[in-house]
Amino acid sequence: MKGLLSFKHGVHPPENKDITAGIASRRFPFPKEIILPLSQHIGVPARALVKPGDRVERGDVIAEAAGFVSSAVHASAAGTVKSIELWPHPNGSMVPSIRITVDPNSTQMRRPRIVPRWEDVKAEDLSKEIGRAGIVGLGGAAFPSHVKLTPPKDQPIDILLMNGCECEPYLTSDHRTMLEQPENVYEGIRIALKALGITRAVIGIEANKPDAIEIMQKMAPDDLDITIQPLQVKYPQGAEKMLIKAVTGREVPSGALPSAIGALVQNVATAANVATAFETGQPLIERIITITGRGIRKPGNWVIPFGTKLRDVIEHCGGLTDDAAEIVFGGPMMGQGQANLDVPILKATGGILVLSKDECKRQDIMPCIRCGKCLDACPVFLNPQLMGALAKAERYEELESEANLKDCMLCGCCSFVCPSNIPLSQLFAMSRTQMRRLATS
Amino acid sequence: MNVKITASPHVRSADSTVKIMWSVVISLIPVMAASIYFFGPSAILVLLASSAGCLLTERLFGSRPGSLADGSAIITGLLLGLTLPPGFPLWMAFLGGGFGMAFGKIIYGGLGQNIFNPALVGRAFLQAAFPVAITTWPAKSQNWWTLQGDNFALPFMSPVVDTATSATPLGNMKFGDDPVITPVLDLFLGTTGGSLGETSALLILIGGLYLAWRGHLNWHIPLSIFVSTFVVSGLFFALGISQFPPLFMLFSGGMMLGAFYMATDMVTSPITNRGCWLFGFGIGFLVVVIRIWGGLPEGVMYAILLMNALVPFINRATQPRLFGTSGKKKKEAGS
Repeated sequence: MKGLLSFKHGVHPPENKDITAGIASRRFPFPKEIILPLSQHIGVPARALVKPGDRVERGDVIAEAAGFVSSAVHASAAGTVKSIELWPHPNGSMVPSIRITVDPNSTQMRRPRIVPRWEDVKAEDLSKEIGRAGIVGLGGAAFPSHVKLTPPKDQPIDILLMNGCECEPYLTSDHRTMLEQPENVYEGIRIALKALGITRAVIGIEANKPDAIEIMQKMAPDDLDITIQPLQVKYPQGAEKMLIKAVTGREVPSGALPSAIGALVQNVATAANVATAFETGQPLIERIITITGRGIRKPGNWVIPFGTKLRDVIEHCGGLTDDAAEIVFGGPMMGQGQANLDVPILKATGGILVLSKDECKRQDIMPCIRCGKCLDACPVFLNPQLMGALAKAERYEELESEANLKDCMLCGCCSFVCPSNIPLSQLFAMSRTQMRRLATS
Repeated sequence: MNVKITASPHVRSADSTVKIMWSVVISLIPVMAASIYFFGPSAILVLLASSAGCLLTERLFGSRPGSLADGSAIITGLLLGLTLPPGFPLWMAFLGGGFGMAFGKIIYGGLGQNIFNPALVGRAFLQAAFPVAITTWPAKSQNWWTLQGDNFALPFMSPVVDTATSATPLGNMKFGDDPVITPVLDLFLGTTGGSLGETSALLILIGGLYLAWRGHLNWHIPLSIFVSTFVVSGLFFALGISQFPPLFMLFSGGMMLGAFYMATDMVTSPITNRGCWLFGFGIGFLVVVIRIWGGLPEGVMYAILLMNALVPFINRATQPRLFGTSGKKKKEAGS
């Protein structure tokens, strides 16, 4: 483990990936109803193109990008549009969503979509094609991929970093993607390299996935300038800044994007889906999702159509165990706790985690004893102790000017290590919301 | 099913403040056992009296309910007890514990809020209030079970028993008619006179290393104290200014206990590692200066208290370098 590349600080939560790492992904049955929110991505919500009563086939575009930073939405199953209404979103709000009653008699064949061979598309038009397929970053942030692949002209990219770290404990969907679709990942890398007009790529994979490292090495095409880089197992190795630091030694300047230092990070699952979109014409309508945790009876990796409700997923996976305590979309470090079983699965949902009581025990909050463990954990070298004190005192101006709240990634390392169980990252997230509210009022 | 909805992260490390506190107590067991071995029942009584003072004060005036269970009050009591001479009157030890707790900690707002190490505040109070009693080192009695000195002296009465006294290595060195350097090995193993916990450097080292291994003690602090004490005292010794050899400096008096248990108090030490180095260097330097030129034979207590006062400034001066910056004060970056 020692001697592998990594970044400074970070934490080592229990990995718990063995629950599902060895389970090959299978197709999830089509549910009776799917719910597709118009915002499943960062940016402007998509604009609906269908109306209640419309018949849609699987793969049809049902909402178009409503701006440059926006993303199209496609029907993940054939059926009839029931309504467009506000529906609970995994982020806790109510979001306009397209409700589709799935046709039980449909074979769910995709409607053919005509796509050009990517080799024949001009580099600058590739991102447009990727945008048409509704592809967003599948690492969690769901930033529209076509925007990412068109970096500012004054910031030339010289290296493509493929993110195969999957540093969130429990999750294994990227791991399965690399094992099951290595050729798609490589095809996606070729497309991204062409779109960016560069030749150099590095795949960063945490060392706890030796089989993925091996298969990616074995399948690496000779004509590509590509390195498979095993990385130390440490959270948050998969954060863009941390991955770039580990692989290239460069630090993304505070407040800037990775393109400022010539790097672009893309998730391996995103690349695989880009390749699928060009190869078969299938837009982004489903993905591998890890259903895991000790609170679910039958954990596994599933290819689930977007819009499937949490309720259906839990039911199909054997239901909850008696000691299930918390349901999370995403991993345990940054994932979102869910209060409603009707929330749909989104493009950015890499995993559904059902934690048992033992896994998410919480102890009483104690006073801060200034042990400094949060400073030793923070991957961007903030002072969470000071920030926590300022946040509690609602001294937002200092929080920003003195303590650099803006640079916080909300990765949760400080909260994880705090022996006094102070909910630091929660305080920081709340402070940001509060500051936004103050700024607009 | 009862679903919890909490903010991320949904998992936490197994570490807890209460665990840290109690593991400090556990790590003190060898030192306490040695003090009982060397000084007999007197050691038990003094430790009990100082702890009782702390616990009672925390119980009466502590703001948080259940704060006794977190172990922080008992640590203060035990550490204070370990800095006292074995024959120390129990009522004074009790009073010192109460004072240290009340004016070293609770008055600031309780756990995590204090500036000075409460055990040392208690000891500083006792040093000022009872300068004779706190520097009376009874000669070791013949039998293990006899009391040392005058533990049961009544409040504000002169001692009822005349005890034979002996000098501590540091006192001997500084004020003795014929200064003798106690062999370092004796200091290391603890066969010399001194306060309860000041005698065996070896056992404190074991306790300290245990804590450092558990991650409950910032090793930068003791290391920087030792380095600076050794270097500064070595320099003065080499120049002929002081008669204390550096190794003697390291292993005598309250150095070990202070470096491992007092200076590393998380609440009253700097929060950054760079700050801890500064803090430790300051303590080492002050100890040497006080020992050589001060009016007291021992300087560890005042050195740590003085540096405690500087911690907020050290913290401010040693803020970590923000990722993606050169470390200088960041102007509105990016946008």
